[in-house]
Amino acid sequence: MRLLTHNMLSSNIKGVTNGFPLGIEVEKMEEKEVEMNTDFLRNMFAKVEWKALVEAAKTLGYTELPDNVEPSMLESDEFMRRFHHALLELHLEEGVLVCPETGRKFPVNKGIPNMLLHEDEV
Amino acid sequence: MASRPELQAPPEIFYNDDEARKYTSSSRIIDIQAKLSERALELLALPDDDVPRLLLDIGCGSGLSGETLTEHGHHWIGLDISGSMLNVALEREAEGDLILGDMGQGLGVRPGVIDGAISISAVQWLCNADRSSHEPRLRLKAFFGSLYRCLARGARAVLQVYPENLAQRELILGSAMRAGFSGGVVVDFPHSTKTRKEFLVLTCGSASLSSATPQAKGEDGESCSDDEEISGDEENQSVLVSDRHRPRKKHKLNKNVKGKEWVMEKKEKMRRKGNTVPADSKYTARKRKTRF
Repeated sequence: MRLLTHNMLSSNIKGVTNGFPLGIEVEKMEEKEVEMNTDFLRNMFAKVEWKALVEAAKTLGYTELPDNVEPSMLESDEFMRRFHHALLELHLEEGVLVCPETGRKFPVNKGIPNMLLHEDEV
Repeated sequence: MASRPELQAPPEIFYNDDEARKYTSSSRIIDIQAKLSERALELLALPDDDVPRLLLDIGCGSGLSGETLTEHGHHWIGLDISGSMLNVALEREAEGDLILGDMGQGLGVRPGVIDGAISISAVQWLCNADRSSHEPRLRLKAFFGSLYRCLARGARAVLQVYPENLAQRELILGSAMRAGFSGGVVVDFPHSTKTRKEFLVLTCGSASLSSATPQAKGEDGESCSDDEEISGDEENQSVLVSDRHRPRKKHKLNKNVKGKEWVMEKKEKMRRKGNTVPADSKYTARKRKTRF
């Protein structure tokens, strides 16, 4: 699961007001290279929750992202490469996603998070 | 043909390891799914600017539809309830991120972040109550509500569905409407039982010219205008009431059902519908002798 997806997911449990962002507990992560597309990155820059991305990247061991960002940084190649790397090339393979309000754990196996809710959580 | 899969078992049980493998190794199914995905992407009407978008594939299964999205250069997140199907997707090295989840529980995606959503042959599964705790209406509500929220303004959702009957069609459409979607149904090849395919084309935000229901495909590849339009607001009928001219209770509607104009209008209407209408001549709607 890429951090792009993690940045879009929120806990859906009944009664939870703010289920974003989900905490990450890493057991295994992987880096998979993929071609960079600046148009896509520019498009996503406006939608991404930056703080959550930085935190998630740190949990996966990548600390090169700046804590604060401005749209002007999109002009810098170096920044774009780091953004691309964090967003699309870091994969959580095994681990857990944690709901920030209830602490409920969503297991991640083979890169697939199990977001199925139990009967009482719907 | 065997009975509908929706009537045999809940999707997470029906699509077990064997079925998942069978499904994904059938060249016929792969072909159909690819065609449906291409068509859905077409109906999604993303801007033609070669910018990769972030799309949702709802009921992505073994990634057959996702492959089409990847081929067009987009990033996608796939959701499916069957672990077996997702495993096959992994084997086939699907490019999108996969989530094991139940769309009837809500999509769990942050508001306004998705550029478009497709779903191939999946949403009709919501119409069946697979468990005693399931209430299809509530599940459809959770699904469409969460879908509406996570789509960016002006984004579309194209859902190819196999409803069992009219009741299911109305159930699905009604839930979509109530969630705030505007849009319509596109039926490709409506007269053929085998090739007939239904697509719900839903838009977030107010309906505009650019989001008018697209042309459906007919049997010979020619356009067929067999589509039903549903829009957010009902036909506006305003009644002006002032104190002095309050219409009497049994005020009869003054419809002129005679005269040449009315007859010509009716004939035009029938022609548009496709009926055979006698040609117009100087005798059309001519005044007859009263005894006639």
